[in-house]
Amino acid sequence: MEKTLQKEETYYENIRKKGYSRRDFLRFVTYMAAFMGLETSMVGQVVKALETKKRIPVIWDHFQECTGCSESFIRSNHPLVADLILDKISLDYTDTLMAASGFPAEEAKKQSIKENYGKYILVVEGAIPTKDNGVYCSIAGMSALDVLKADAAGAAAILSFGSCSSWGGIQAASPNPTGAVPVNALIKDKPVIRVPGCPPISEVMVGVVMHYVTFGTLPALDSMGRPKQFYGKRVHDTCYRRAYFDAGLFAESFDSYEAKQGYCLYKLGCRGPLTYNACASMKWNNGVSYPIESGNPCIGCSDNHFWDNDPFTKRVENVPGLGIESTANTIGKIVLGAAIGGTVAHAVAANFAKKKDIRSRSKKGKVNEKDIKE
Amino acid sequence: MGTLTYNFKRVYVWEIPVRLFHWITVLSITILIITGFIIADPPAISSGTEAVFSYWFGYVRAIHMITAYILIAVVIVRVYWAFAGNQFANWRNYIPYTKKGFKNMLYVLKVDIFLMRDKEHKLSNISIGHNYVASFSYFIMFLVFVFQAITGLALMSATSSWWFPKMFHWVVPLLGGEIAVRYFHHIFIWIFLAFIVIHVYLVFYHDYVEARGEASAMISGFKFIRSERIKESEKEIIEKTKKQMWEGDQPGKEN
Ligand code: SF4
Repeated sequence: MEKTLQKEETYYENIRKKGYSRRDFLRFVTYMAAFMGLETSMVGQVVKALETKKRIPVIWDHFQECTGCSESFIRSNHPLVADLILDKISLDYTDTLMAASGFPAEEAKKQSIKENYGKYILVVEGAIPTKDNGVYCSIAGMSALDVLKADAAGAAAILSFGSCSSWGGIQAASPNPTGAVPVNALIKDKPVIRVPGCPPISEVMVGVVMHYVTFGTLPALDSMGRPKQFYGKRVHDTCYRRAYFDAGLFAESFDSYEAKQGYCLYKLGCRGPLTYNACASMKWNNGVSYPIESGNPCIGCSDNHFWDNDPFTKRVENVPGLGIESTANTIGKIVLGAAIGGTVAHAVAANFAKKKDIRSRSKKGKVNEKDIKE
Repeated sequence: MGTLTYNFKRVYVWEIPVRLFHWITVLSITILIITGFIIADPPAISSGTEAVFSYWFGYVRAIHMITAYILIAVVIVRVYWAFAGNQFANWRNYIPYTKKGFKNMLYVLKVDIFLMRDKEHKLSNISIGHNYVASFSYFIMFLVFVFQAITGLALMSATSSWWFPKMFHWVVPLLGGEIAVRYFHHIFIWIFLAFIVIHVYLVFYHDYVEARGEASAMISGFKFIRSERIKESEKEIIEKTKKQMWEGDQPGKEN
């Protein structure tokens, strides 16, 4: 009885019931709107949505993952986030955080899926192993593969939280022993939004959910299926060390004076210029810092294949399948060396092979030279 | 005497657009390779001043991109010229799809690359414009260039506000992310470097072994072709004979 009553509540009603003032609520909305990249004039629309819209249930599946995304999620800057989405009001199932466990937990999920068929959001954390019928990951006696298929069937949309469910993640690293694949490799008939990162920024994850709640539509996606408002810029574009990059001032080693001065970490393997994420603008841990600010080059954790693009502290990358030592440039140098060697050998050989031609030409030429008219 | 050598005629082979294309390409590829390597691995510079007072790396990148656009533009003009230009600039030279083309390729491979003896001594085997091996290598380099241009534009696409580079954004997911795109863009430059070595060498080789103005042709536009290969009009023959007679009449000179 209690449960059905709760479900009819709007977000706003629930927030008020929790003891937050309207002021708190408005502050939260403005804050979230800013993170979502909305204009100030849109704040009213978000307020309206939260005041009138019924909650959207969220089912959160965990597969091959490290729970880092969940950890990041609950460390949101604003306490209301946790209350709003994490609280059991909205999160109907997440085996890591829910109070229930074992059989009742699975029962609750089934119940929720049945009641909200076609309406709930499915969050997936972790990759799905496909090798050997998916035996490498199973929950409640079902393989991750089957769980995903069953849960995705009734979902309005699927959010792939983290690099594992977006790209495959560490377990998909070469040679990918379990055949781990991202969600959209398996689910083709539902909108799948990638929210990559290892882990993604909390506000980004919440922002995507909030967008759906507010507008009832999925956010605009880029060509890789990531929400544009969070993944539209590279880390490099808003990096505070960018001035050093443009000035050509690069730190050469981690313990150098330059590194401490805040020189650009490009030569230490920074993947910022290739990585689409909001780290440099939103930052981590309540806006305290982000990897580059802490002196570590970006490793591109929200990028596909980042796990195979080691070493992280060098710009050169290994050629897949050719071992650690052969970098792109080594191969290039071999090719160039072969070209130079080949031409030198050819030049020598040509002098022998074409000796007759060259000699006769030079002889005739010399005769002509003598015959030049005065 | 002077009769030991063959007679050669000056033939206009490379028109101005072709020569301009060649030298602009030389210049811009040199700039692109140098700036490209600087961008890939910038030199270590330590400066006491504030970063805001310097922008050299930004300029290097700007030069790289501007030069890339110039190169793209001249390649587009050259592709147009492959349809509008003379027979030596025509696109048909670059793809060996005819029997003649294949035969010529075989001949060049035998005689010029593997340095075998030319037993036939057929004049028709000697190309006036490009030989088919050379022109096919330019076609391959054209494809490599297209790849470089597309990957380069794809790397620019996300931060560019112009529709042209944006058009190539699909390459990024296709190749599996920007790291992969950057990687290919970087490794393909070695093909250019190897090509430059071989290309320049073979120009020297032809000029040295054949002495028909192979190298200077790209400056003057002319190559020297055996006169037997060029049709002579009646008028020409009469003119020539007239001239000879007149020269023979000169007192104090032997013919
Ligand atoms: S530290 Fe990395 S992200 Fe920041 S400016 Fe340098 S290369 Fe770009």
